[in-house]
Amino acid sequence: MKVIIKPAVFILSLLPFFALIYYGFTSQLTANPIEFITHYTGDWALYFLLITLAISPLRVITGSNAYTRFRRMLGLFAFFYAYLHFTTYFVLDQFFDFQAIIEDIVKRPYITVGFTAFVLLLPLAVTSTQKMIMRLGSRWRQLHSMIYPLTGLAILHYYWLVKADTRTPIMLGIIFTSLMILRHPWAKQIRNRVLPVRKKA
Amino acid sequence: MQIKKQDPIKSSEITCKTDYLSRRDFLARTAGVGMVGTLAGTTLLPGSNLAYGAALSNISKSPLSTTDETLTDLESISTYNNFLEFGNDKKDASTKSGGFTTRPWTITFEGECNKPGVFNLEDFIKPHQLEERIYRLRCIEAWSMVIPWVGIPLADVLKRFEPNSNAKFVTFTTVYRPEQMPGQKKNTKLNWPYKEALRIDEAMHPLSLLAVGMYGEDLMNQNGAPIRLVVPWKYGIKGPKSIVKISFVSAQPDTIWTLFDPKEFGFYSNVNPEVDHPRWSQRKERRIGNLIKQDTLMFNGYADQVASLYTGMDLKKYF
Repeated sequence: MKVIIKPAVFILSLLPFFALIYYGFTSQLTANPIEFITHYTGDWALYFLLITLAISPLRVITGSNAYTRFRRMLGLFAFFYAYLHFTTYFVLDQFFDFQAIIEDIVKRPYITVGFTAFVLLLPLAVTSTQKMIMRLGSRWRQLHSMIYPLTGLAILHYYWLVKADTRTPIMLGIIFTSLMILRHPWAKQIRNRVLPVRKKA
Repeated sequence: MQIKKQDPIKSSEITCKTDYLSRRDFLARTAGVGMVGTLAGTTLLPGSNLAYGAALSNISKSPLSTTDETLTDLESISTYNNFLEFGNDKKDASTKSGGFTTRPWTITFEGECNKPGVFNLEDFIKPHQLEERIYRLRCIEAWSMVIPWVGIPLADVLKRFEPNSNAKFVTFTTVYRPEQMPGQKKNTKLNWPYKEALRIDEAMHPLSLLAVGMYGEDLMNQNGAPIRLVVPWKYGIKGPKSIVKISFVSAQPDTIWTLFDPKEFGFYSNVNPEVDHPRWSQRKERRIGNLIKQDTLMFNGYADQVASLYTGMDLKKYF
């Protein structure tokens, strides 16, 4: 049973990507496919960032470490969708128009923060291997705590883009804040007071 | 002011007639598919937009139409809409406007004019000759379409009400019906009802159009039925839909977008590649259906006809 769970999570995480390909083959990418793909991949990058950040709170709440082994994979899927998101913008939307891209990054705050979030995500993806964890030691933890501010920036990126209808990014912001609170040490203390601590067999 | 005489539109540039005529069959078929629950039908239109698709007759072709561009297909024009009254998603206008009723419809003319009045829409349209006007539509979000509107010149309409010398601006107000328009309930950041305005000389310009149809038929709900404003040299936000009131006023009014954020949206909102929006570069646009962006033209390519309206104005200040 345990053997198939990880591949199952892997396949599940790829489903949004397969769905996108399916939409493409069945002409369901709307009248403006590039915009649709950009929004879709951006949405999923954010969802996976939040799913990754949900692992620690899950450990606090359940008192079980069982979920931690998916964390790296989920984080890498966040990078995968963020990479598709960025590439769609870079290639399909701007078509390598560097001047326009630089202008966007400098002049448009929502792109400034979105681009920053992506740049901060890059070293986390690169240093996700076991080898790098060993090599970096305690600095690895420091480096990877970057996921908190970069997720905040990614949500701000969404918030500043939509402007008029901010309900979705606000909801994501609330989820993000809750996950940050739930991972705090005193969340664990409260939990231990309410629920009996599970004894190891 | 120069009005270009243009060649009549070539038949090869118009969507193939059989495709156009069979589109209802297509919609009916996909609606059926949706009902049996397959994925393919779910993102397409429900049958709702079939309600007022009566063909319009006695339409004359206008020399003011653009002639050298491919029309955007009806499927795109009718499924990709910014009609925030129905929701902020582009597909909301086509999927959530089924219950929107546009008959009977009354339209009120009021303010600084000698002959104000309230009209039933059909009676109000009757004295006018319908024209087909093929215009480029440029959205402030940097995409564009080419749309064969059917409508009546706004100037002809306004003159009927004899605006007086105090009439310096004309405001257009969209219907307020939150029970039929979910976006008016949900999107609380906008100051409903949608209100936009033109300077009187802009409103009187021969290109300004009150559209009642598209592709030779009545407007569909998602496109602003039953009557909407089309000002082709301005961003699409300056084209309020489902209009119930037109007022002549003496001072420049606040509009829904200038109230929302005056730094992002100017009163004029003329298409101008030199003035960037804080969120979108306006230098280029994606024509719906094309992969590569194209350069945006000053006044959306209507500079010859409209630039004289703004002589001496700093268009970076009055954007």
